[in-house]
Amino acid sequence: MSGKKTLYDKIWDEHLISEEPDGTSLIYVDRHLVHEVTSPQAFEGLRLAGRKVRAPEKTIAVPDHNVPTTMDRTDGIKNEESRIQVEALDKNAKEFEIIYYPVNDIRQGIVHIIGPELGWTLPGMTIVCGDSHTATHGAFGSLAHGIGTSEVEHVLATQTLIQKKSKNMKVEVFGKLGNGVTAKDVTLTIIGETGTAGGTGHVIEYMGSVIENLSVEGRMTVCNMAIEGGARAGLIAPDQKTFDYLKGRPHVPKGSNWEMALRSWKELFSDEGAFFDKSIHINGGKIAPVVTWGTSPEDVLPINSIVPHPGDFDQQKSLAVKRSLDYMGLNPGQKLEDVEINTVFIGSCTNGRTEDLREVARIMEGRKVKDGLRAMVVPGSGLVREQAEEEGIAQRLQEAGFEWRLAGCSMCLAMNPDQLSPKERCAATSNRNFEGRQGRGGRTHLMSPAMAAAAAVTGYLTDVRNLM
Amino acid sequence: MEKFSKIKSVAAPLPLINIDTDMIIPKQFLKTIKRSGLGKNLFDEMRYDEYGQELENFVLNKKAYRNANILVAGDNFGCGSSREHAPWALVDFGIKVVISTSFADIFFNNCFKNGILPIQLEKDKRDTLMLDAEKGSNAILTVDLFDQEITRPDGSIIQFEVDSFRKHCLLNGLDDIELTMKKINKINDFEQTYFTKMPWL
Repeated sequence: MSGKKTLYDKIWDEHLISEEPDGTSLIYVDRHLVHEVTSPQAFEGLRLAGRKVRAPEKTIAVPDHNVPTTMDRTDGIKNEESRIQVEALDKNAKEFEIIYYPVNDIRQGIVHIIGPELGWTLPGMTIVCGDSHTATHGAFGSLAHGIGTSEVEHVLATQTLIQKKSKNMKVEVFGKLGNGVTAKDVTLTIIGETGTAGGTGHVIEYMGSVIENLSVEGRMTVCNMAIEGGARAGLIAPDQKTFDYLKGRPHVPKGSNWEMALRSWKELFSDEGAFFDKSIHINGGKIAPVVTWGTSPEDVLPINSIVPHPGDFDQQKSLAVKRSLDYMGLNPGQKLEDVEINTVFIGSCTNGRTEDLREVARIMEGRKVKDGLRAMVVPGSGLVREQAEEEGIAQRLQEAGFEWRLAGCSMCLAMNPDQLSPKERCAATSNRNFEGRQGRGGRTHLMSPAMAAAAAVTGYLTDVRNLM
Repeated sequence: MEKFSKIKSVAAPLPLINIDTDMIIPKQFLKTIKRSGLGKNLFDEMRYDEYGQELENFVLNKKAYRNANILVAGDNFGCGSSREHAPWALVDFGIKVVISTSFADIFFNNCFKNGILPIQLEKDKRDTLMLDAEKGSNAILTVDLFDQEITRPDGSIIQFEVDSFRKHCLLNGLDDIELTMKKINKINDFEQTYFTKMPWL
């Protein structure tokens, strides 16, 4: 092997504590993010074994999955199981003295939104969380991925993780995006190319002019869905945009530490000629605004396409497509633009940031949500909500007919009361269109915030370019 | 963790690809603060109708497979959410072995932490076992982790690969935290050097 390293190699090497002959390694963890759903059993495990949290100052917890997003949540969570789970996190955070943003804190929000927002996420770090969308933080050039609850307990107790090194995969998106095409279209198009298992066993590094030209928020959207392509982690080399985003955030180093950190962060890129086990190249100029039609994120097509026929696929996939179309209530050959929707959901760790809400507001300018549609905006954090209110976005969206909610994961996974009914069809800016994901029998079409806004206006899946 | 011993059982066929962890255990069952008791909700939305009645066509509701300890599944099993509730539900139901061509990374890891052996095989071998599995109660498979062998109903053998460290942990029922705690000095040394080099962390 040459001495040339990928970005992933560099971060891995920096955090390697020990390695066994079979490659099983012990990796140091810089940040551990915790939420209420995947942590109670881990804290209980510590308690039973009489163990402490090794690095409480590196452990940041927030309730997000279960929390209601209606104003009455300050009166307490009505669903008993949800309340118990959130109370368990309240108690565990206190008992183990970790950093905590409770439900009523303005800084509360989706764990992957608040990490970057508060400056907990820094380039070159290893970041883990009992949540598969931890990949989001890779947008800063940090190695970030989801772990299971047993691993959560392991990290709490030891600040390390037992891992085997993944392979390197390069996804280059070159050229320039067309009008109306966003980071969400890029990441969905990549998954459409690679399939949901295309990145399995790999860490993806996204690069190329399209990625460079994305905002830091857009890069988070891209990395967020690395997991939907099968990769545990997605990475983007940090650049001046990253550093500008970070500077001055509450937990970002200051003064001479900032200067020292910056020097180190500038080394975080893949060396010229570094080896990638797998590479794909996509022409950004050919990416169109897309929507999903099936029940896997790989079931994605440009908006001006027709619903495919199960016979268009190989035998195994064909079975899945048939099942998907039944579930989704779609017919092969039907135009996607003729698909009528009932609901619009704007939010999630994929697209719940201020920039996403600005985009929705821009499309909604002078327009209204179509009569009879249910449309809700769920900001990704209390701070996003506050910012949107200061900018007047909140008011404009409400006047256009959207409900304006409090922060949380909400209808992305419907663990709180925000759920679809059977056969209710939703234009969603979230990340998974699995069966039952947004509520039993609910039908999810994934898309960008701009496309979801366009659907809100017409009541159908709509090419946002027609509204621009 | 319980030691993994030889498994001899009927295998349930689940030929669907991309079975995600939302299918394995839907989110409404993630509100528990315990690890146990999830088996009754394994594959809930495929297994029961909206009134909670069993759907007779679903494989685990068929008489032959109700006590299956082995699952033979389509490609990319366990994709999606990182929820460890998925292996908790499988193991609580009684599934100790899952056989597929590929597994999502996080799910794959989570299995080993809960005494489940995920076996990755080439497509033709998985397909052979899928056909075996479809024969119902007549088709008993034996999975021997020590020898890394699956014995088919006709006595023929399919070998499989498993990571040596994970095999060792499964066979001996070892707890990861216990193992890592033995390396505590190495972690301390690492931190010392690391924070000297990167004081902003």
